[in-house]
Amino acid sequence: MNAIILSAIWGVAMMFSGIFLTKGEAIRAAAILGLVVLLGVNIAELYGYRLFNIDTRGMLSFNSFSLVFNAVLFGCTLIYFLLSSKDILKVGTNKAEYFSLIFFVLSGVSIASSFNTLLMLFLGIEIISIPLYILTGSDRKNLKSNEAALKYFLMGSFSTGIMVMGIALIYGARGSFDIAGMNTAMQQGLNPLLLSGLLLLLISMAFKVSAAPFHFWTPDVYDGAPTVFTSFMATIVKAGVFVAFLRLFDGAYGSMSDKWKLVVVIIIAATLLIGNITAVFQQSVKRMLAYSSIAQAGFMFFALFSYNDLSKEGLLLYSAAYCLATTGIFAILIKMKDYTFDGFNGMGKSNPLLAATNTIFLLSLAGIPLTAGFTAKFYMLSSAIKTGTYGWLVILAVLCAAVSVYYYFRVIQSMYFKEGDSQRIEVSSSFRLGLVVISAIIILLGIFPQILFYKLYF
Amino acid sequence: MPIQYYIFLALALFCIGVAGVLARRNVIIIFMCIELMLNAANLLLVAFSKMHHAAWMAKPAGIASPGADGQLFVFFIMAVAAAEVSVGLAIIVMMYRNTHSVDVNFLNRLKN
Repeated sequence: MNAIILSAIWGVAMMFSGIFLTKGEAIRAAAILGLVVLLGVNIAELYGYRLFNIDTRGMLSFNSFSLVFNAVLFGCTLIYFLLSSKDILKVGTNKAEYFSLIFFVLSGVSIASSFNTLLMLFLGIEIISIPLYILTGSDRKNLKSNEAALKYFLMGSFSTGIMVMGIALIYGARGSFDIAGMNTAMQQGLNPLLLSGLLLLLISMAFKVSAAPFHFWTPDVYDGAPTVFTSFMATIVKAGVFVAFLRLFDGAYGSMSDKWKLVVVIIIAATLLIGNITAVFQQSVKRMLAYSSIAQAGFMFFALFSYNDLSKEGLLLYSAAYCLATTGIFAILIKMKDYTFDGFNGMGKSNPLLAATNTIFLLSLAGIPLTAGFTAKFYMLSSAIKTGTYGWLVILAVLCAAVSVYYYFRVIQSMYFKEGDSQRIEVSSSFRLGLVVISAIIILLGIFPQILFYKLYF
Repeated sequence: MPIQYYIFLALALFCIGVAGVLARRNVIIIFMCIELMLNAANLLLVAFSKMHHAAWMAKPAGIASPGADGQLFVFFIMAVAAAEVSVGLAIIVMMYRNTHSVDVNFLNRLKN
């Protein structure tokens, strides 16, 4: 509750701060301060300090999982702000508004991670989506940004229409929007109304997390959006929607997981194959990262497939590992002029620190041991093995991870083993420090993943 | 009227909306078709809300006045749709300023 209300208030405050704060530095400082406060109150709520006592009539419930998840996502956003907020200021003239929209998205993320009724799910997902349409199109003079915004908007609102229809059909079958009572309703048998409603809801959620076969908008939108906002969309937003998805499965699909498993298995297999194989053929690193985000979504989907305690821990770890590494890579990518693989040629010599940290991020995404990416993939796959069904899916996932090594290592190869005229990139010392801190966290989580789960159970 | 009529009407509207989104090339018309989809869901929600309330009136048990939340949802959908319209039209106007066209075929430059 703390996080939802404070992020909304801070978003409004940031919007008006554009009148008083004209300097970019001041706006940036206000945004970082707001995020630190947000992270603080969220952790305080984890320890039982509630600033607001609002009776939500059971529409929202804040358990330790959702609060820990919020804390992880706020932490990632804080790192994102520290690294890239200077580049957010460069996107256009409405500096304060970009930050305020990001705060609104965070408010939506905290609703999506703690909803208890389909009404709140719908509102959370929409509060995440609508500011993102604006952020995608924030580079107003750039045709690519325009096109991406329009495409994202049309696809997003189309999937909203599907979601609303699904919810209406479920309501018709059940007479309530509660997801808690949905399990029992489903055990009594499925009627066509409920079944079609659940299917439409599943499709629209797959749209939002860009799982195949509903992924086609992702590469274009991620490619066209300003790179700073692509970084935000591909990481924090995607993880936030995934937690909503997991919560939905917790309540709604859980009791009939046997019947849904086949659908989920098809989505996972298609997402892994399409994401990884298409990423191999990309020439631009930005577009490669867009496909890699589809591929990583395939791995996150394992949490919905196996659906046990291990998979919840796995999703938490996966989000942290994926968000940190991708934020880091994008932060470096924003500083470059050339987004192709050749742009990275010779970076190992010209910018040794950037190249070294970038290598750690890429290793983590590829899932090489000692990094958080490896432990996250390990948790996901072992939770899938625990279910004892669909063993071939795990083998497919491992093979796809091997394919992913090819395109991630192409960047490393360009940086260290190719001669190039890559110029020295001027970055501030705080930027370097941020990159080193992210690398340290990634390795720390790779060795001691338990530190994330500590508050989950105690 | 039996509930089936409402279901068929809402589904017909929804399908017209989906077909319009997939087939039409004019952004404004695609946008109208999305609104049609949302309003089909609104109609269905209101009809179901009435149906659940009538079922409860015939045999009162459990929670008080079921069906009210369905109508509540409709208001939220309207509010969200209004927010979406304002953002969407702004995006369309922005695109029109740059290209002087509202044709969706413009959207294939990112493909390569």
